Amino acid sequence: MGQRLEDIPVVQVGAADEVEQSLYEVRKKIYARAVHGWFARWRWALIWFTQILFYGLAWLPWNGRQAVLFDLAARKFYIFGYVFWPQDFIYLAGLLIISAYSLFLFTAIGGRLWCGYACPQTVYTEIFMWIERKIEGDRQRRMRLDAEPLSARKVMLKTAKHGAWIALALWTGFTFVGYFTPIRELSVHVASFDIGPWQGFWMLFYAFATYGNAGWMREQVCKYMCPYARFQGVMFDQDTMVVTYDTNRGEPRGARGRKVDARAQGLGDCVDCTMCVQVCPTGIDIRNGLQYECIGCAACIDACDQVMDKMGYARGLIRYSTSNAVANGWDFRRMVRRVFRPRVLLYSAILAAIVGATVVSLYVRVPLKVDVLRDRASLMREVEDGQLENVYRVQIMNTQEVAHRYRITVTGLESLHVASEDEIDLPASASKQVPVRLRMDGVFADKGAHKIFIQVQAIDDPGIAAVEDSVFLIR
Amino acid sequence: MTDFVNSFWEFYVGILTLASVIAMAVLLQSQSRRRVKGEQVDTTGHVWDGDLEEWNNPLPNWWRWLFYLTIVFAFGYLILFPGLGFWDGSLNWSSAGRYQKEQAHAEQTYGPLYAKYAQMPVEEVAADPAAIAIGQNLYLNYCAQCHASDARGSKGFPSLADRDWLYGGDPKVIHQTISAGRTGVMPAMGAALGGEGTRDVAHYVMSLSGLTHDSIRAARGRDKFAQTCAACHGADGRGNQMMGAPNLTDKIWLYGGSEATITETISKGRNNVMPAWKDFLGETKIHVLASYIWSLSNEPGTREAAKADVGQPESTKAEVN
Repeated sequence: MGQRLEDIPVVQVGAADEVEQSLYEVRKKIYARAVHGWFARWRWALIWFTQILFYGLAWLPWNGRQAVLFDLAARKFYIFGYVFWPQDFIYLAGLLIISAYSLFLFTAIGGRLWCGYACPQTVYTEIFMWIERKIEGDRQRRMRLDAEPLSARKVMLKTAKHGAWIALALWTGFTFVGYFTPIRELSVHVASFDIGPWQGFWMLFYAFATYGNAGWMREQVCKYMCPYARFQGVMFDQDTMVVTYDTNRGEPRGARGRKVDARAQGLGDCVDCTMCVQVCPTGIDIRNGLQYECIGCAACIDACDQVMDKMGYARGLIRYSTSNAVANGWDFRRMVRRVFRPRVLLYSAILAAIVGATVVSLYVRVPLKVDVLRDRASLMREVEDGQLENVYRVQIMNTQEVAHRYRITVTGLESLHVASEDEIDLPASASKQVPVRLRMDGVFADKGAHKIFIQVQAIDDPGIAAVEDSVFLIR
Repeated sequence: MTDFVNSFWEFYVGILTLASVIAMAVLLQSQSRRRVKGEQVDTTGHVWDGDLEEWNNPLPNWWRWLFYLTIVFAFGYLILFPGLGFWDGSLNWSSAGRYQKEQAHAEQTYGPLYAKYAQMPVEEVAADPAAIAIGQNLYLNYCAQCHASDARGSKGFPSLADRDWLYGGDPKVIHQTISAGRTGVMPAMGAALGGEGTRDVAHYVMSLSGLTHDSIRAARGRDKFAQTCAACHGADGRGNQMMGAPNLTDKIWLYGGSEATITETISKGRNNVMPAWKDFLGETKIHVLASYIWSLSNEPGTREAAKADVGQPESTKAEVN
């Protein structure tokens, strides 16, 4: 800053030794090696959990309907015992805020935990890679297969792989649409090839996205499409536990025999076996330090730990650690103590407050919504016996899956009462607009606008009640 | 297709659009390669503050093809849709055409339903809950602003839920009122009657419906009423639905029944307009709407509505109380 333009050094480029360079990168295919270990097991546990939830939940019945169903046409979201209406949009906002703060919190503590273990991109890529491994074999065999000239065997293997991928992708698309249109009916329609155009479109689109992203795009999604990698820098700090290569311990790297004393040869613990690079799904070398491509899947930790075990070295050359811990040589306990820093505490406090508020408001939620609209053009009427009358439209929404009979009452002015029908029947999950006439005795009239309260209460369940305020005009 | 006064502008827009798209392709092509010194590939060559270098993190190649895809899309779009001034697009799309198409679609969907109701007499339509629900929707959309959500009107806007009709409550008359509208005029009588005369007539009018009144004034007003008002409101003050002159003997008031309001009505007159809905709603919708309004003051399926003075009053006369 503050530098004048001529002070900025300009790299002089001579015409003689120039080369043409593309500003775009040709993608290098990544053949990730299979990995086993503690963190891989965690990832698979989460894959099982999320996918049993995703593929299974759609089939769960509840109250004679699908337990989780987002009925966009009727604008009602069913989630177990709850029915959410468009008026409940605040809960979606709550969910999004909770998700955002969870992301902030987990990222501040453990880096890209979401990316490494739970993100659908990771989960489906892992499943698709598993299928690929079962059909084409592990890294070496896949590389050899791709290098081979076209043969009947190669065509067969590729067909089998893509067939399996597409089948899984179609099932995924079908399940996805099954959350928006009842899945049991949908399965009958699919079986008889009688699908609506939009259902068909979304099924195929979601299947295409699953197949394309998990089969073909893979790490490209994380590297170029997902914004998360680009702003992880602002959510990390010196005490964030990320997948870290312990440079002090590992360098200088080099191959050595198992019986050789590495220290005597002036070598660090890294045997330069490149296993960490081979297992990496984004194709980076973690030994170069933290990179935006790293999705924090810890595959390199599992791979390195196995090598360390074989070599008889201590585990954890690559491990979850913080830049402070590595730089200062802190032990695990010292590092963990830094989890309780202001940033994390603040995120936790906000998260706890929002989760608490959402849960409480869901718990005390009344399955009745009332809106009162005063008729704009008609101000006040004089009716028989010197009574004064105002007209309102009262919108009553029964958000419970039980029919109710409601009574409308009004307070706020002397002698004010409901002159029209004051008992309203509503079927389950229905709404109704009721014109309501309110009357009061002219002798109590006091010119002006008066605040009044219209209460709607279920006759069979007095706990279900809602009060809306409005205005009674007297002129 | 365009609103330009001169066809020059159509070409101006079209050529500018095409030139921009092509320029984008040229720009993309020219900026996808660069010349650098052989060894310098890790950084972009930009250096700030002495040692702050920018790493070269190139976009993937497939991303570049996405850019080109947008250009292909642009040409496809410009062929199909009217993006160039001089070209209507092979799909012949226009916002007006889209509107007409949706209108036609709605007509196709709901037309048969309305046509079915149009074949039925009002009394039968009023007995059909589905038709009444449609009628209520129409009413709330188009009528409730003036006549109130409960159809009981407000000052200057008559109640549609009682059996007192300015022009008559026969289904045909209701239909006519909605379709062609009404203009109700009560001429100002203040100058002709004079201040005292106006008050006298006001008290006579109050006496007609049994309101508290000054009987001396009422007696004086009686003759003036017969001369000035009876032509429209009738000698007995029962009004005339042919011309929309309201009945003054019931206790239903359009503008209010206090002495001050009645005096004001007589001296200054009233002007009232019900707009015509024929062109906007169409006959079949008006039929359903008329059925709904008829149902507000009649038991569905019966025909005991006041049949007196049924006619087709086209005249523009007072509808004043």
